[in-house]
Amino acid sequence: MLLVDKHRPRKLEALHDSPLGSRLWYAPQIMPDRSDVANSGDFPHLLVYGPSGAGKKTRIVATLRELYGPGVEKIKIDSRVFMTTTNRKIEFNIVASVYHIEITPSDVGNSDRVIIQSLLKEIGQTQQVDIAAKQKFKVVVINEADHLTRDAQAALRRTMEKYSPNLRLILIANSTANIIAPIKSRTLLIRVAAPTIGEMVGVLRHVAELERFEFSNKLAGRVAEESGRNLRRALLMFEALYAQNEVVKDNTPIPPPDYETLVGQIADELLADHSPARILLVRAKFYDLLTHCIPATVILKLLTFRLVVKIDDVLKADVIKWAAFYEHRIHLGSKVIFHLEAFVAKFLRILEGYLMGMEF
Amino acid sequence: MASFFDIAGHRAAAAAAQNAAVPSTRAKDPNRPVPWVEKYRPKNLDDVSAQDHTISVLKRTLQSSNVCSSEILDMVPGKPPQSSLWQKSSMASPPPRPELMKSRVLELNASDERGISIVREKVKNFARITVSTANSTQSSNYPCPPYKIIILDEADSMTQDAQSALRRTMETYSKITRFCLICNYVTRIIDPLASRCSKFRFKPLDEENAKLRLEEIARTENVEYEDGVIDALNKVSEGDLRKAITYLQSAARLHNPIIQPKPKKVDDEGDEEMECEEDDDDEDDSKLALDSKKITVKSIQEIAGVIPGQTIDNLLEACKPKKGKSTYPEISRLVQDIVADGWSAGQLYNKLVFDDVVTAVQKNDIVLIFSEVDKRLVDGSDEHLQVLDLALRISEVLAKG
Repeated sequence: MLLVDKHRPRKLEALHDSPLGSRLWYAPQIMPDRSDVANSGDFPHLLVYGPSGAGKKTRIVATLRELYGPGVEKIKIDSRVFMTTTNRKIEFNIVASVYHIEITPSDVGNSDRVIIQSLLKEIGQTQQVDIAAKQKFKVVVINEADHLTRDAQAALRRTMEKYSPNLRLILIANSTANIIAPIKSRTLLIRVAAPTIGEMVGVLRHVAELERFEFSNKLAGRVAEESGRNLRRALLMFEALYAQNEVVKDNTPIPPPDYETLVGQIADELLADHSPARILLVRAKFYDLLTHCIPATVILKLLTFRLVVKIDDVLKADVIKWAAFYEHRIHLGSKVIFHLEAFVAKFLRILEGYLMGMEF
Repeated sequence: MASFFDIAGHRAAAAAAQNAAVPSTRAKDPNRPVPWVEKYRPKNLDDVSAQDHTISVLKRTLQSSNVCSSEILDMVPGKPPQSSLWQKSSMASPPPRPELMKSRVLELNASDERGISIVREKVKNFARITVSTANSTQSSNYPCPPYKIIILDEADSMTQDAQSALRRTMETYSKITRFCLICNYVTRIIDPLASRCSKFRFKPLDEENAKLRLEEIARTENVEYEDGVIDALNKVSEGDLRKAITYLQSAARLHNPIIQPKPKKVDDEGDEEMECEEDDDDEDDSKLALDSKKITVKSIQEIAGVIPGQTIDNLLEACKPKKGKSTYPEISRLVQDIVADGWSAGQLYNKLVFDDVVTAVQKNDIVLIFSEVDKRLVDGSDEHLQVLDLALRISEVLAKG
């Protein structure tokens, strides 16, 4: 079992006690008093947002456990088939326990509306199956709510109000920018901030103690720094570090993920030679990354930040501007390689223009 | 283990529960707590705050058919969800009494399939049916007007095709069927439909009315609050009363967790349950340092996720041009922190307001940048890059002087 999963706090109490305790969310606010089931109707719909690796899911699972007891951890995966209006069949996976279900509607792209419409209504029309359940309502956790289409979000609106006696929604998103205002005003927004470097070092120390690793503050600090305040990533790196090295010292190099190394190479190659031939050369590498399912946004972002540190201050704003521009294009277009190459070409042009003293 | 979707199983369980003579109170218990938003939804036309004009017109329509009904509330969103909620209805008609609701009213919202095929079949078929006759007992207390009503909630999310399919249907069956369309943006309703309807505009609630309503709810729920809390609620919710009420309820929960003497555990729960109950005893409220039971302005702001003024100020400070030094390192550091702290870019650009030092021309440029970044974010672009770009471009504009 990975360290991330092994030491994930499972109860809200455990979250309080962990080094992240100060960052607990408002337990009493969202968590109806367990001794007082009658008040469970107060549990609002939630919209939990924050960067990845900040602990959104951990908190939600802990809250669900608090609401229903350990039964929520007995989950199974269902596969269901839905029909669209055009009689197309969509296969959709549902993770469910007796008390709650978890769905990722954005898996099915533009057909997510069908899922929301049929599935949520079906769930909302019946009450909790288990009569002895602690809460009368069921919980539906919707992952990647910010990737829901407009139609799907509109479909949520009335459903949230109409079926509120039987149904509570927990939406998980990275950002609230893509969520329509009517949904935002129906939910309680909960921001989950990424842990600070200090807190992350605390967590790493805690894990090291449990695993009997030799712990050094400096190394943990470096891992935390390197992970960009993403706790999941930090723990994975931490584990890889101890798995790969017999003796871990303060200055043991942290192995970066393969794709980061490759993006680093692309950046170096671009800076070494500003010719059109280079664009052709890096194309192979881009394809390599894309075929390994690295999202284009991640590639572009990494590449931008790799390039920006190595160029003159005057150019930085410009490069970021075009990176933002082409990143937007990636979302609009369908063939990402065009936009990645366009960015590379633009970058070379800006750089060459600056070196030659020409304005573009 | 009973399946989540096992409706048959659920029915069997419910039947078993009834056989065991357990009073089945769920779902019917009037004291069952509901979100305050639902609890305090206006029950009849008189309760609706603000919207004076609309309400008086609606009432007059009711009087003209010589009736007064208590069921109209469902069609009238008393609380506009957003700054501009439009309700248009072909005819604000008093709905038939409850028993007839099923046969006389068809409500379709965005959670129902509403493509062109549904309009052609379901809606048209419903519109075509002759009105069922009401017997004397049914018509004694309620007006029971001789027509059916089709409510199309969130009509602006219907496709153009579906809307145009409605055109003829609305006219042909106007003797026996009335339509009521509800939408946020009347501009998204096609003209031919809009011209067939009389329109009622629901203005955003003005501060006074929102304040009265919030105070009333706080009084009924026995919520204590500091001075200025209601104003703070109004400010963070931007005229959206539902948001304000949701926040108020959350804040009330936060400050007054219902702590009741723990009842003895009923022993039909499994052993596992007992295990997890054991460590319940310490209520960890103290962590939030809630010494007072009163709701504070600060807790409202925290719940609403308002970005602290300090964060914004820091970013603005970093954007200001510095002599002989690039603004990039500072901005990139701050933006990284903002993104890691989970502040939403959407909130960020709403908060960036400039003082008078910035000239009108610069403001103009900055607003242009905002609009562009907003569009990109809505298209699903990466927040980190976009916010960084936003800050750098603002900094550039400021440097131009």
